[in-house]
Amino acid sequence: MSGIPLVYYLGLAVILFSLGAAGVLIRKNALVVFMSLELMFNSANLLFITFSNYYKALDGQILVIFVLATAAAEVAVGLALMVAIFRSKGSIDLDQMNKLKG
Amino acid sequence: MTAELILFLIVALTAIGAAVAMLMSRNTVYSALFLILNFLAVAVFYLILGAPFIALAQITVYAGAIMILFLFVIMMLGAERLKELDPVKWQRPAAIAITLALAAEGTYIVFSKLNPSYVVESFSGNLADPVSIGTLLFDKYALPFEVTSLILLAAVIGAVVLSKAEKKESEQ
Amino acid sequence: MNTSQLFALAPWVVLIPVIALLINLIVSGRLGEKFAGILASSAAALSFVVSILLAIALGSDPMGSTISLGTWINIGNLSIDWAFRVDTLSVMMMLVVSGVGTLIHIYSIAYMHADVRLNGDLKRYTRFFVFMNLFIASMMLLVSADNFLMMFVGWEGVGLCSYLLIGFWFEKGKDGTANAAAGKKAFITNRIGDFGFLVAIFLIYWNFGSLQFDKVFSMAPMVATAMPGAALAITLFMLLGVTGKSAQLPLHVWLPDAMAGPTPVSALIHAATMVTAGVYLVARSAPIFSQVPGGQTAVTWVGTITALFAATIALGQNDIKKVLAYSTISQIGYMVAAVGMGAYVAAMFHLITHAFFKGLLFLAAGSVIQAVERGEEAAHSEEIDPQDMRQMGGLRKRLPLTFWTYLIGGLSLAAIAPLAGFFSKDEIVAYASANHAAVFWILLIAAFFTALYVGRQISMVFLGSPRSKAAGHATESSPTITVPLVILAVLAAFGGVLNLPGLQWLETWLAHTFGTVAPSQFVWLVALGSLALGLVGLAIGWLIYGRTPVKVGKPDPLKKPLGFIFTGMQNKWFVDEIYNFLIITPFNALAQFFAGPIDLGSIDRVANGLASGTQAVAGGIRKFENGFVRSYAFWMLLGLAAIMTYFILR
Repeated sequence: MSGIPLVYYLGLAVILFSLGAAGVLIRKNALVVFMSLELMFNSANLLFITFSNYYKALDGQILVIFVLATAAAEVAVGLALMVAIFRSKGSIDLDQMNKLKG
Repeated sequence: MTAELILFLIVALTAIGAAVAMLMSRNTVYSALFLILNFLAVAVFYLILGAPFIALAQITVYAGAIMILFLFVIMMLGAERLKELDPVKWQRPAAIAITLALAAEGTYIVFSKLNPSYVVESFSGNLADPVSIGTLLFDKYALPFEVTSLILLAAVIGAVVLSKAEKKESEQ
Repeated sequence: MNTSQLFALAPWVVLIPVIALLINLIVSGRLGEKFAGILASSAAALSFVVSILLAIALGSDPMGSTISLGTWINIGNLSIDWAFRVDTLSVMMMLVVSGVGTLIHIYSIAYMHADVRLNGDLKRYTRFFVFMNLFIASMMLLVSADNFLMMFVGWEGVGLCSYLLIGFWFEKGKDGTANAAAGKKAFITNRIGDFGFLVAIFLIYWNFGSLQFDKVFSMAPMVATAMPGAALAITLFMLLGVTGKSAQLPLHVWLPDAMAGPTPVSALIHAATMVTAGVYLVARSAPIFSQVPGGQTAVTWVGTITALFAATIALGQNDIKKVLAYSTISQIGYMVAAVGMGAYVAAMFHLITHAFFKGLLFLAAGSVIQAVERGEEAAHSEEIDPQDMRQMGGLRKRLPLTFWTYLIGGLSLAAIAPLAGFFSKDEIVAYASANHAAVFWILLIAAFFTALYVGRQISMVFLGSPRSKAAGHATESSPTITVPLVILAVLAAFGGVLNLPGLQWLETWLAHTFGTVAPSQFVWLVALGSLALGLVGLAIGWLIYGRTPVKVGKPDPLKKPLGFIFTGMQNKWFVDEIYNFLIITPFNALAQFFAGPIDLGSIDRVANGLASGTQAVAGGIRKFENGFVRSYAFWMLLGLAAIMTYFILR
């Protein structure tokens, strides 16, 4: 097998990242925004793995493991926050969370 | 066009399609399911790129554990459907424009500044067997690994406190 | 015991009053008036004792010593010590300051007791003594300094005390601002002089490379020949400092207004000690001045003209303290003229006797003023100005002790033999007769005027019959007030012994500091002539004012024969008005211009414009802060896009 050009993978990562960013900007539902964040993590992970292969170095894969762990922690706290907010406001609409507006 | 490239395109389109669908779904549950699909597609890439361990971790941790947690919360919060009327009128078109621009710029940079003849090998699976990953993780990256465990611990405590404190207050 | 060890006590002349004033500050009157007054007085007395010990030490070791407490400033090649200079000149000044100061402190115990009650703020009693001790400390610093900068610290310190004490009753006076304005005037006028002194100090450092007295003085002949212009500039700027501090023309205007302060202040600061600091400065800098004939001439003429000028004004005043104030200016004019001519010993001699008799006169005047105030209260008469001599008269019988002491002080001032003033003034005049004919004649005329206003004042205050109810009911002051008067009267009477022709103790004493001094002459013709002139002046004063009492509302008897000249005297030759017209009015107009069109019109408008512009811009930017997290994320992403655009276009 001859392999696939590096740029294809990079382009794919860029597109996935942009889609994640669009999700953050467009959706009001806090849960969906969260999922979009995961999507962006994912695209970063894809880059790590790609370059790990390209440079034949395992370190990229190790970093992905760390990202995975951190993402898990972030989701745990984020979802707990979400639950707490839902309890006090009765909604997870991000646009209603503007109490700190100056 | 080689079979390899065809496989790449199919998986890539699946990933992109799933991501777009996740964004477009009104129903949060559908969004979560589409995201799982996206994760699976990316996991396939990990396999292709010779990272079977990560691919499995992606499926079990991400598509499995994390997304189950998501679904769990969705169910708990009643999977409400929000009115998608934006309080800031220009936000949605501007956001779409800016992300399109971002994607265009990113791909332009990638394709114009990098030599297209750089190639990534597919299925060079013996690069990352679990043994070598484990050795590296507990040897060179032992300290970050331990720090990660602390982060997870903090997250666990944080999650517990956050979901408990409110309860106490409501009881009073 | 080796007496030269006593030199080490020198810093205590400054430290003792400082300690006392700190105690008074901390106690702040909680232990009563007696405590504050006695503590302050004993501090002054202790300073006097230390000064005497220093004098005893100097007796056996007349070259003196320098006591350094450590380095004060050390920058580059400028090194200044906190050093106290003990020599015959500085110790003489210390004795005068602390000696007269002690008497005035004691006097103040009783005087301020009545004063704070009259003015209705008992709390200021302690404050008064704090200021007085601060003054003693500053004055001691001034006279004991071993370099020009330390002297300047004392110089500024006494200026500050003067300001604080002139405005002691700052809310009183005409319109409730007159006293404050008087203090301000004194301070600002003194600033002009201080500026001169400061420039002189800079020039000294620039040309001599040091501020230490001995170094500067040893280089003086060399610098004076190498750079005559610089030496002249130094002396002239110093002269400016002298005119400010010692109230000489043209900066004399503050001293008469300074009479707004309590009378002991006028006696101590504005007659006996502080105002003579200028004379001391010139005497101290004698090695510089003696190399610069031009500077000496300028000093001489400033003093001479001031002596006559102020004496004429004193004749036209009706306020008992204003007469003495102009008299002080005039007498300091004599001293300045003397130091200008190089008669340093004569000047110092007159400085001492003047401290005695002028301090006495002011204290006695204070006694008169309070006696009239008491009389006013006893007679339940209408409010009168207790300092207006036209309201007095006949006090000789009511206040015998005050009268006799005042008479001795007045005659001493008028230079009547054999009182102290006769010998000291005669020494100056005799020196002038031998060296400066023009100065001699002018000083002689000034002496005549001096005798004239002394006769006028004594006649108006003490002779004749009371011209107001208050004067008729005046009562003699308490012993706390009269005892210092008697002591000072004795000094004013016999102070001439200090430098009696033939004995010349002071001359021998000061020769150790000044080096060889020209021996003072005693010219019989001059002495007898000026004595006769003084007696004639007194007699004329008595003839005019003793027989026809001057009342409020009636013109002064001298008005008719002298006409507009007397109007000028009464109005201080319109110097204040001229300054008003020439300096203050244009200055105010300029300030108005800067405050109005420049500041409000332009600068403020720019500043306000900036503020409202910022506000408008902020109002615009504020719209971005809409509280929606997603909006913020959008702007972040926009920034990211911009950065990527930059990398693409680069």
